[in-house]
Amino acid sequence: MKPRIGVYICHCGTNVAATVDVEAVTEFAATLPGVVIARHYTYMCSEPGQALIKEDARTLGLNRVVVASCSPRMHEPTFRAASHEGGVNPYQVEMANIREQCSWVHPDRHEATDKAKALVYAAVMKAAHLEPLEEREAPVTPGALVIGGGVAGLVAALDIADAGFPVHLVERSDRLGGRVAELNRTFPDLEPVAEWLPALVDQVRRHPNITVYLNSRVTDITGFVGNFEARVGPIEAGLAPAQIQVGAIVIATGYNVFDPRLKPEFGYGIYPQVVTTLELEQRLSSGDLTVNGKTPKEVVFIKCVGSRDQQLGRPYCSRVCCMISAKQAQLVRQALPDARVTVFYMDVRTFGKRGEEFYDEARRAGVRYRRGNVSEIYRRGERVVVRVEDTLLARTVEHEADLVVLAVGMEPRPEAADIAALLKLPRSADGFLLEAHPKLRPVDTAVDGVFLAGCCQGPKDIPDTVAQAKAAAASALIPLMRGVVPMEAATAVVDPELCAGCGMCVEICPYSAPALDPLWGVSRVNAVLCKGCGACAVTCPSKAIRLQHFTPDQILAQVEALVGW
Amino acid sequence: MAQKPAALVIGAGIAGIQAALDIADAGYPVYLVEREPSVGGRMAQLDKTFPTLDCSSCILTPKMVSVGQHPNIELMTYSEVVAVEGEAGAFHVTIRRKPRYVEEDLCRGCGACAQACRMRGRVVDTFNQGLSKRSAIYVPFPQAVPLIYTVDPETCLYLTRGVCGKTFLCKDACPADAINFEQKERIVKVDVAAIIVATGFDLMDPRTKPEFGYGVYPNVITGLEFERLSSASGPTGGKVVLNGNEPQDVVFIHCVGSRDPHTGVPYCSRICCMYTAKHAHLVRDKLPNARITVFYIDMRAFGKGYEEFYDRVKEERVIYRRGEPSEVYRRGDRLVVRAEDSLLGRTVEVEADLVVLATAVVPRADTPAVAQLLGLACSPDGFFQEAHPKYRPVETARTGVFLAGCCQSPKDIPDTVAQAKAAAASALVVLHQTRSR
Amino acid sequence: MDIQQHAREIGLGLDLFSCIQCGKCTGGCPVSMTTVLNVRSLVYGALIGDIAGPIHEEALWDCTCCFTCVERCPKDVRPAEVIIALRSLLVEEGKVPSTIGNALMGIFRQGNPLGYAREDRIAWMDGLEVKSAQEGCETLLFTCCSSAYDIRAQAATKALVRVLQAAGVDLGHLGTEETCCGNEVRRVGEMGLFEMLVEEGKPLLEEVGVARMVTTSPHCMNTFRHEYQLGMDVLHYTQALARLLEEGRLNMTGRVEKVVTYHDPCFLGKQNGIFDEPREVLKAIPGVKFVEMDRIRDRSLCCEGGGGRMWFEGTNTEGRLAFQRVQEAADTGAEILAVACPFCMAMLDDAVKVKGLSERLRVMDIAELVAMAL
Repeated sequence: MKPRIGVYICHCGTNVAATVDVEAVTEFAATLPGVVIARHYTYMCSEPGQALIKEDARTLGLNRVVVASCSPRMHEPTFRAASHEGGVNPYQVEMANIREQCSWVHPDRHEATDKAKALVYAAVMKAAHLEPLEEREAPVTPGALVIGGGVAGLVAALDIADAGFPVHLVERSDRLGGRVAELNRTFPDLEPVAEWLPALVDQVRRHPNITVYLNSRVTDITGFVGNFEARVGPIEAGLAPAQIQVGAIVIATGYNVFDPRLKPEFGYGIYPQVVTTLELEQRLSSGDLTVNGKTPKEVVFIKCVGSRDQQLGRPYCSRVCCMISAKQAQLVRQALPDARVTVFYMDVRTFGKRGEEFYDEARRAGVRYRRGNVSEIYRRGERVVVRVEDTLLARTVEHEADLVVLAVGMEPRPEAADIAALLKLPRSADGFLLEAHPKLRPVDTAVDGVFLAGCCQGPKDIPDTVAQAKAAAASALIPLMRGVVPMEAATAVVDPELCAGCGMCVEICPYSAPALDPLWGVSRVNAVLCKGCGACAVTCPSKAIRLQHFTPDQILAQVEALVGW
Repeated sequence: MAQKPAALVIGAGIAGIQAALDIADAGYPVYLVEREPSVGGRMAQLDKTFPTLDCSSCILTPKMVSVGQHPNIELMTYSEVVAVEGEAGAFHVTIRRKPRYVEEDLCRGCGACAQACRMRGRVVDTFNQGLSKRSAIYVPFPQAVPLIYTVDPETCLYLTRGVCGKTFLCKDACPADAINFEQKERIVKVDVAAIIVATGFDLMDPRTKPEFGYGVYPNVITGLEFERLSSASGPTGGKVVLNGNEPQDVVFIHCVGSRDPHTGVPYCSRICCMYTAKHAHLVRDKLPNARITVFYIDMRAFGKGYEEFYDRVKEERVIYRRGEPSEVYRRGDRLVVRAEDSLLGRTVEVEADLVVLATAVVPRADTPAVAQLLGLACSPDGFFQEAHPKYRPVETARTGVFLAGCCQSPKDIPDTVAQAKAAAASALVVLHQTRSR
Repeated sequence: MDIQQHAREIGLGLDLFSCIQCGKCTGGCPVSMTTVLNVRSLVYGALIGDIAGPIHEEALWDCTCCFTCVERCPKDVRPAEVIIALRSLLVEEGKVPSTIGNALMGIFRQGNPLGYAREDRIAWMDGLEVKSAQEGCETLLFTCCSSAYDIRAQAATKALVRVLQAAGVDLGHLGTEETCCGNEVRRVGEMGLFEMLVEEGKPLLEEVGVARMVTTSPHCMNTFRHEYQLGMDVLHYTQALARLLEEGRLNMTGRVEKVVTYHDPCFLGKQNGIFDEPREVLKAIPGVKFVEMDRIRDRSLCCEGGGGRMWFEGTNTEGRLAFQRVQEAADTGAEILAVACPFCMAMLDDAVKVKGLSERLRVMDIAELVAMAL
């Protein structure tokens, strides 16, 4: 069919229009071969912007649409949908990124306009070669895998199970409850963990839809959204591994606490007086706060141990330590009314609901807050000395203490890296698992059907963990409840006439999509596994593999347009 | 198959939008009720978002368009829930659909009416925080969903005085004959199995802290006003300009009202540290030579990538000074911000041409009324009370009613989205159980 | 020394542990730019038991007790009270600036800080008919020691009596039994003397049996209202005048063709929220063109006369706030700077002279302006 192309240039408010002469680009686009209409508009992604495309597609009989705006990562689905409504095949929509790759990075108006024209030209040339593709759906295995039996995993498992789906809950240790089970009381109400966590664990244990695998880990995952297959292996030998099929996966592998030996200046491991917040939690549970058989008179908390520290490669804030310190300081005041309790801090981050009020309560309970990042700890007689600049006095002080509590930060678990490797999940710079979008997709990942819950994504407190776990459950429930998932249409196809059966595609594919047909000795790509990454197409020495939507003639048309510019 | 039970989502800011989308994507019908003429809420007013500096409308608009087009979502904008009866699985909800005086199925959003309106350029534009003027017939912003004009009954000459010149200029201008002053409010009744409350928040009026001179000095503005000033779609086209002047010295003040039991806000508003850091970055971006000072008490950069963003902003020559300013006054044609820099141990006067106040996030004024309507409790801070602070953060005392976003307590966008999805998960469980009953 | 405990023992509401060291107190402290006084660091030192660093004994007396810090503190620490607590320790040790010591002695001996004879307390009444409160009256007039003895302030007192009587107020006065209210005594930390003043003053006031007291000074009003627990309404005279206006009892037939601005006294405005009444009265005076300064109401600048500063020059006599204040007033184009407190009158009137503004600006009490319009 002869290309009838509509070109739409977006101002993106002033994001594009302030730098690029959108009118000039529109006038230029109108002269390009195959272009039937060229328009510009303030926000192409807005309803009237999309309406322009639909209206033109219908009235002018467009069969190709080019939108010059932001990155396709942002709005390709939007414009594909709009074009589709107007009767254009969604795969005959091409985007020219004139924002991230043009207006935002080129300050000169003349040059930016020129580049925008080139990008539009290349997109139009490619669009002429685009072929219609069909989107298909795949069925979804009803069931979910939840990795991690801490609070995040428990909550996610319960929501999915309550919505009627089988859940496989895999936990490395021999019990459910995770880190929270190690806590004594929780902020801000000083509620004993024992009052709610065992009930939660029990609910999971007794749920008819939940199968719990203790002392187990996930050793292999294959498949794709809707159709994952996982192998659950027992950590101790002797038991048979389980093979489970699920439609969605929730990762809730939790966190590790920072090892304060990496900050040798605090003398952790050397002085019995120096403990971590986690260790104090256990002492508060047991009720024994003595050090060397004596009741402490001076107790010091040190915040940000292993957090906000670029030297250690941990530039991030661990989000919970301020509240944990405030909680433990209050509990120490209750347990040892005669002890003086001092907290050294840089910023007090008590941001959550009732957080600031809790900090107020801690101070009113007699906890002294002093501003300064402690520099070192050394021995003096039976005590240790905390040396710090009190930045509000602008003076270095030596503060003697009988008990020093290090508020250790959170760090990613090494096991999370294993899971990430199995699923090819990216991690953020801080080492935690990376969400699909930091603002609007905080529990989704780059892999469809795989979702994040709790501290594997980044430090968070219990309510935020629970909210995120439920959020992951909601994301997981969408494919499970729909029963089908849309499949990538831009997949690789093998021309059996050209394929020599060398198997290089099988080796290179990260998703195990191609396989050699045992009968014919040629490669075939499983369309449901293929992600359309194109690795096989460029590897194939016989040029037998074609990646649909990125065919050589499409790419070359685009390249030629730019080369000839 | 019997008809699937539906959910009601009250409020179509990012929380309500996200909750509605998740439920609808899972295949259940949703009634999404929004009192304003458009969905989008507060997030639609923002310029960029921290810490990635994504343009807020760029990431929000697709979601707004989605709720407008989703086959499982019935969008009811310019509408209010007036009564809720029944129980989880079988709530009977009464919704008042306010008259827009514009026929929704006829209006094409061309804006000819607003161009023609006699009040054009005379009505305070609340979307732009009063920094610009609009007509009495309007859409709040160009990307509004639905893109249907609304006659503002408070300012329309005809609706307030019964007469608008010899002829209706808007009606004459409308090519679709969509304007209908005979329109009356309609009462709609729907049955739903679950309800998500996502009614959002207000910002404290900084006049309650008179020492900062807000309302006295035009160049003392709020953070939200700064968003509109900085936004490409705002009244200045994204230029940080006041009365035609680019500020040379910009001072940001944290905790205006927050952490202050005196103003009834004993809590931390949770978002101000980071949006102020973002504002400081935006000023640096737009005014490379400006001197930028941020006064803070505790810098609360707690979220993922936040501390790193704070580090970056400091490297961009933004001076962070520890101390809560005590007052703002005039000196010549400039302002003076007086504060103790507690790290110097000395009181300083910092001259400024622009002072931006990070005002507290407060419960919406109608929270008690909504609480009564829905049978919900409020926490001492005035926000809706969740069932349990640790492990039931989105449920309420009333089974089948869930909370999403800042109506429960202040939170940033990622936490709001997570909580909205969490509320959706709880609602999906109720919907499933209702269906299989 | 546990300052927190000491503060509690002497009846102060100071709450050191609530402090988050935000610095809002020092930031708003009127003298923090001109002296070494830093109330935030005093709170901190008291909290951590280390006041050796921040304390500068002499600067403790610089505090005017304007209570801006108390009003603005987000955490209800009542920062100024750490100063009062520390002052009280110095008082106990006898380490008091001699001028303050003399004033306290005067109060102890003669019932006034100026050291004048008790029998001269009613000298200002010369030429006026003021009935003795003990004979029974509707309203008790309480004159501040300054209002009673200071020559400039006496004129305002006289004017006030004329105005009240013209409005038909049945006015009485305690005569020579009237004794210093002790508002400043408490704020310089002489808690024993203050207690004595209350013990003797309270029955005296209550025996009169009136329902309403009108004070010339916001300072007296403040302590009577909050620290005496009296069974009567205590009004500042501007409130009384505003009420009379509202009731239509205050008829001003004359005119005052002047541009007038107004200075909010800290003890009236910031501490007791009385901002509108003085303005209402001024605006009601026929002929007055009322203009405002920039720093008004909650943001008003202290005149530096409170908290014992009437008896202590301060550590920075060059950088007095009153100098700045009268300049601000002059810059508005006002011919008259209206005041409603005898301390403000003294501080600002003096500053006008020092700054050579006498030709342009006159400091007058609101009562005097009303009297001119009678």
